[in-house]
Order: sequence, then C-alpha cells, then structure tokens
Amino acid sequence: MSFLVFSEDRELAYQLLGKARELADEAGDVVAALAAGPEPMEYLRQGADKVYTVDGLAGFSVEPYAAAVVEAVKAADPSTVFMGATKRGKELAPRVASALGVGCMNECSGVELEDGELVVERLTYGGSTVARERSTSTPTVMSFPPRCFEKLEPTERSGETVELEVDLPEPRVKVVERREKPKSSADLESASIIVSAGRGFKAEEDLRLLEEVAETLGAQMGCSRPISADLGWMDQWVGISGKKVKPSLYVACGVSGTIQHVAGIRDSQIIVSINNDENAGIHGLSDYSIVGDIYEVLPALAKALRERA
Amino acid sequence: MRQIVLLKDIPDLTEIKLDSRTRAPIVEGVKRRISEVDKRALEAAIRLKEKVGGEVVALSMGDDKTKTALLEALAMGADAVYIVDEPGLRGVDTNATSRVLEAAIGHMGDYDLIVAGEMTLDSLSSQIGPRLAQLLGIPQVTYVKELDVADGKVRAVRDLEDVDEVVEAPLPAVVCVVREIHEPRIPNLMSIMRAKKKPQTVWAAEDIGLDAAEVKALSYVQVTSVTAPKVERKQVKIEAETVEEAAAKLVEALTREGVI
Repeated sequence: MSFLVFSEDRELAYQLLGKARELADEAGDVVAALAAGPEPMEYLRQGADKVYTVDGLAGFSVEPYAAAVVEAVKAADPSTVFMGATKRGKELAPRVASALGVGCMNECSGVELEDGELVVERLTYGGSTVARERSTSTPTVMSFPPRCFEKLEPTERSGETVELEVDLPEPRVKVVERREKPKSSADLESASIIVSAGRGFKAEEDLRLLEEVAETLGAQMGCSRPISADLGWMDQWVGISGKKVKPSLYVACGVSGTIQHVAGIRDSQIIVSINNDENAGIHGLSDYSIVGDIYEVLPALAKALRERA
Repeated sequence: MRQIVLLKDIPDLTEIKLDSRTRAPIVEGVKRRISEVDKRALEAAIRLKEKVGGEVVALSMGDDKTKTALLEALAMGADAVYIVDEPGLRGVDTNATSRVLEAAIGHMGDYDLIVAGEMTLDSLSSQIGPRLAQLLGIPQVTYVKELDVADGKVRAVRDLEDVDEVVEAPLPAVVCVVREIHEPRIPNLMSIMRAKKKPQTVWAAEDIGLDAAEVKALSYVQVTSVTAPKVERKQVKIEAETVEEAAAKLVEALTREGVI
C-alpha cells in the first residue's frame, strides 16, 4: 500500500503525510509527496520517503496542477493518492482521477485499514448520513479536508528528491481580479469556543448581544446560513456548505438546527442551544438546552459569565 | 448560445426517514426532486439565456421516475430534456457516470456552456463537473456565484475560502455554481402546463454508442453502508424560574464539563 500525497495547502499536505506514514508503516510501504512551493526537503521531515518537485508550478490553477499531479502519480505508481479537500483540492482531485481513469472519493472525513483495504467515511444525504466507501481501482484518489489527521513531529529522515519534467499547460481560466475576503471568520475552524447566531436574531445590531457573550468567553462568532448567505450580516456560516467546526463548546443561539447546520457542528465536544421554540430541532441535538428568548437569556448569560470571572 | 445543464433528481431530503433498527436512510418511495444546487444551476442558465438568447437543454442520468421530476426543469424554462435511463448502469460511480454523460453530450450537438451545481446533495461528491471538463478537454470554472458570458468568454466570480476570484475562460467551458448564485424561480401554472408539451428524449446506453457492461466495469467506488450517526448528546433541559437562574445553571454545568 503505497501513497502519493499532494495538497496546495502545505499544512494540510503535512497532515495527510502523517496519516499516510501511519498506514504505510503498517504494511511496510512507501510514501511519496509532490511538493507545492519551495523547501521540498521539509516533506521528508514530515514523513515522506521521496518528494517530487515540478518546476514552474505557480499560483493555483487547476489545469497545470492536474498535469503535475498526474505526472507524479505516473512516477510514484502509488496504490492511493491522498489529496487535500480544500475547495481547490476538491476540483483538482476528480480532474486528476478522470485523467487517470480511476475512482475518486472526495471530501472524506476519515480512512481506515480493513482486511487489507482502505475504507473511507464520507457525509452523504445533505450531511445527515455517513457512507462507508471503498474503491477497486489502482490507484484511487481520496481527498480529506484540513484537520482530519495530525501531522507528525518533524524528524530528520533520509529520502530523495526527484525533479519531474512536466509540460505544464497554460491555464485557460485567467484570473482578472482577486478580492480578498475579510479575515474575521478565518479562525472559525480552529476555534475552541464558538457562539453562533441563527434566525432568532431580528436585526443586525442585535448581534451585539452575542458579541458580549463571545467577549466574556473569548469565543469566535459564527452563524447559520441565512444570517450570512441571505442577510449578509456575517461573512461565513457554519454548516455542510460552509465551515465545519469542532470546538470544545458550541453555543447555538436562535438557531433552529437544520440538517445542514448540524452536520457542520457534529464534532463539537459540548453543544448548547438557546431557542424560545421548545420544538426546535436543535434542542434534541444539544447537551444543554435553554428554552427561552435569546434577547433575555444572552444578557443574563453574559452577566453570569462576567460574575464568574 | 447553447447551454447544457446537468441535473440529478434525488430523494427529497426533508422526507427521508431512518430505519430505527439499522439507522439506514429509507429512500424507497420518497418523492424525488431536482437537487437544490442543480436547480440553481438551471436558474443561472435560464437567466443567461434571457440575456443573450439561445437554448437551454437539460441532461440527466436517471430512471423511469426522472421524467416526472424533470418536468419542473421544463416548467422553469429549459427547452428540452435528455435522460439516460439504462437499467444496467444503476448506482455506478462518478468515473462511470461522467463517461456516460460525456457520450450523451456527444449526441446532443454543439454547446457553448455546460452548467452544473457544485455538488448534488445526495452524494456530495463534487466530481462530475471537473471530470467532464477533463474528458471533454475544456476549462472548468468552479464555485461560481456570479456568471456572465460576453465576447465568446465566460466571466465569473468564484467563491473560494480566502478570496473571491474574478475569472475569464474561453467557450466552451464547464461551469459549476454554488448555492448563492440565484434563488430558483417558482414556475407559474401556465409554465407548468406548457412544460408537458416540451420534448423529453430518453436514451438507453446503446442509443449513445455505449455498451452498458463495459461502462459498468469502469465503476470502481462502492458504497458499503450508509447510516445516520447516533446522536449521543446529553439532552439536558435546563429548567429554571428566571433567565438569571437558567444562565447561572448553564455556567455551572459548563464549568463542570471543563469547557469554559
């Protein structure tokens, strides 16, 4: 069981290397990586036996990157290709798989060895179910989002770097403008406490009630899809089509608890719901619930938290 | 301009119930609808057609129920529907499905744009658009939240994690849209009546030059089980006379849990 690892996100590539190393060691097999950017030797320290480099890979564009990954697959001849499921990675993985004519399992949440075969888990049916899937093609492409796996403690390891000659196609999709997004929600996925707003908030200025609680807890603020996508009060939402989060504490305020939202918070350690509708779905999916008006409960909660400190 | 929109009819997610013993979703008998993001892809294509003219045709791989589900696409404004209905290819993976759609597109005449959703909500695989672009040898423009065509080029705004990218690509191209692009229109009664008169073509594998068994052999990914994870939450309802008391009890519980 040999691996080739690639993600344009270096940290994610190292996390994938950590898992590939663990699985390859069980079978006594090898792990290769395709480097994105400078310092290819770092991939060796992170668990690769061999690292391929391709000259001329610049800012991400799917066509040249697919060509590079395909060449690396041909050179490494792995049984499994691990790729990062960033948005860019999720469009790259199937393009690579079709260029190779092989199977692909995109955005998996985990992988394990079962009777000598890799079996992955993926969310399906809008995020309400988990499917277990396997593939009979060689190689098979699998992609994983950030923080599914932990990277290894970097160690000095022997290994080789190989430069691949790849005829990189000129990207046909031209970027004419880049509009940076505000950074405020960038930390949501790694936050340890998140308080989030749902449709229970009647006006944008009312979000200050949530802010007060967030400040006393040192929490990040999130929201459900309508608050962001429909109303534009915050930039990114929590849920299957937004951010998937795994804090130690998630406080859902005025959130009803749609399948899509709940799938995004499933890995939270403790979930608290505050909603005045006692039949709101979120209550049954919480560890602690308060049936009450957020406009009354949040100020009381902020006060109780301040008094505690 | 001629646009092909890829649509999939899937079980209505709000109607799916769980088998209480196996925790597997029961999809048999659940009414099928066009997957939500696909419907928004169709809306985007219809709006482009309203602006620059041309034709919007829908393509789907399905079964005998797909015709009924896709009437909604015709009512929304698609001009025609093509369905590949091949009993020998039920449940094949994305590698095989993309080969079937490639062959079907080869029988549908010239096109400028192939429009699809970012993902269908049943499988959440996000694969068909990029796979088709690779097979057809054309550019892919993914995560599109604004779409326009002018001077023989697609111009789109892509919604990525860190940045909105404004891009241009030559036609023909594959475009995959995100949910935010447009609310799908709700057809009126007239449109619904007219939809029944619009052409729906159903093909078996051999009609598009494929051997079902050969294509099936290219389906590699198998789903071994689908279950809803058990919710193992404490479900403690905090009961109190006043909100102050409720807040205090919650703070106490969270302190005990060691999460604050």
